[in-house]
Amino acid sequence: MVTIEDYVARIEETCGEERDFIVLFKYDKKAEAIAQILKRAKIERSISAIIFELTFKDVSFRLYGTGKAIFRNLRDKGQLQNVLIDLLL
Amino acid sequence: MLDPYKIREDFPILKRKINNYPLIYFDNAATSQKPRQVIEAIKNFYENHNANVHRAVHTLSQEASELYEDAHKEVANFINANSMEEIIFVRGTTEAINLVAYTWGCHNLTKEDEVIVSLMEHHSNIVPWELLSKVKGFGIKYVEVNNDGTLNYEDFENKISKKTKIVCVSHVSNFSGVVNDVRKLAKVAHEHGALILVDGAQSVPHLPVNVKDLDVDFLAFSGHKMLGPTGIGVLYGKREILEKMEPFQGGGEMIRDVSFDFTTRRCSITWNDLPWRFEAGTPNICGGIGLMEAVKYLRRLGMENVKAHEEMLTEYVMQRMQESQKVMIYGPREASVKCGIIPFGIDGLSSHDVALFLDNYGIMVRSGFHCAQPLHEIFGLKSSARVSFYIYNTREEVDRFAEVLKEIEQV
Repeated sequence: MVTIEDYVARIEETCGEERDFIVLFKYDKKAEAIAQILKRAKIERSISAIIFELTFKDVSFRLYGTGKAIFRNLRDKGQLQNVLIDLLL
Repeated sequence: MLDPYKIREDFPILKRKINNYPLIYFDNAATSQKPRQVIEAIKNFYENHNANVHRAVHTLSQEASELYEDAHKEVANFINANSMEEIIFVRGTTEAINLVAYTWGCHNLTKEDEVIVSLMEHHSNIVPWELLSKVKGFGIKYVEVNNDGTLNYEDFENKISKKTKIVCVSHVSNFSGVVNDVRKLAKVAHEHGALILVDGAQSVPHLPVNVKDLDVDFLAFSGHKMLGPTGIGVLYGKREILEKMEPFQGGGEMIRDVSFDFTTRRCSITWNDLPWRFEAGTPNICGGIGLMEAVKYLRRLGMENVKAHEEMLTEYVMQRMQESQKVMIYGPREASVKCGIIPFGIDGLSSHDVALFLDNYGIMVRSGFHCAQPLHEIFGLKSSARVSFYIYNTREEVDRFAEVLKEIEQV
């Protein structure tokens, strides 16, 4: 069974007052993860087709072509896990 | 002046591309890159001389011991300490400060005493004192920081008193790059009968540091921020103070004698000589040897040249950053009072957004609190992005950084 661990290498909770989460996708799965996310989330803005401003179920995040994404204003890691499940699986 | 292009040839990692862009490494305050001379020295040790130190009479152990002792001597010369007895190898700046707190502090601080710490400290020079204060009950007074990020010397002089037993302050702020007048602080501390411990993590790699000239009692710094490997750092201490201190950890190497008394059925212990008294167990031998090579590399360049190169880059980057409308530089704008560290923000973007955007173009900067949360709170900042330079950075890299910043502004 496919899980988000198949796509995600690491999740970093940032330090600073903004408790953002940075998701780092596995190198060999990043293209697949990005394609899947772009299919499901709403693209608010795209910069040179390498940086995407996205929204998904009231969650705003930015996705980078390098295979990293920054999720803002989430309650906790649990909410992030649920969002990732809905985006990737 | 340094030739950063020639220096870059010694750093294999700088040939890398990140996301198809040439790597621009601007996170030197976190850790520096390593020249091949350091990498080779570590490899050479493991391939040709590896053995435990001070343990055996065989040839390899003699060679390893000699190299490890030479490393102490090289570091002593680098900061102008009297001898290698004043140089204790530890894991890094954090362990050096904890060593002072849990040995000198534990035995010398009481409920009636006070410790002075500045508000511009890295967490590693705040947390050990707060932890120990809970056990020993001494007070802690924090020295304020001015609006421009410089230390408030007037507040320091108002807060120091006969109750003060130790002043703990950084030489260079890891957030703003502000260089503190340590000589002045040491003079005032000593006039009040207090010791001074200086966090040199951001100064020793970047400036000429002379412990005799500064008259500091303790100086802590890390090898990995000055071209050396991780896991090795230094605590300098004046010999007369170290000699009176109890050991930090117990084990092999730090003892001369452990004898069993058959009457009392207990062991009596005599400590080893300095600096081994404070280096319990098998030390990080190859780390020390790597650090020695890093120090030799810096000495060949000349620390005055290192300082001048970083000052030039600092001035140039601040000039280029001010071309951008939305970029805010935090702390002083004069390169002469700083040391190669420039914290900044971009209006409307979090520091992590800025760092990820730059990463996309192969530019590595730090984002967050940089382990200096109190200072961010004083400045009313949620977090900050930070550029920090070293010997291999170039004006060309600064130009590239400035171009990408302009792109970020469009986000």
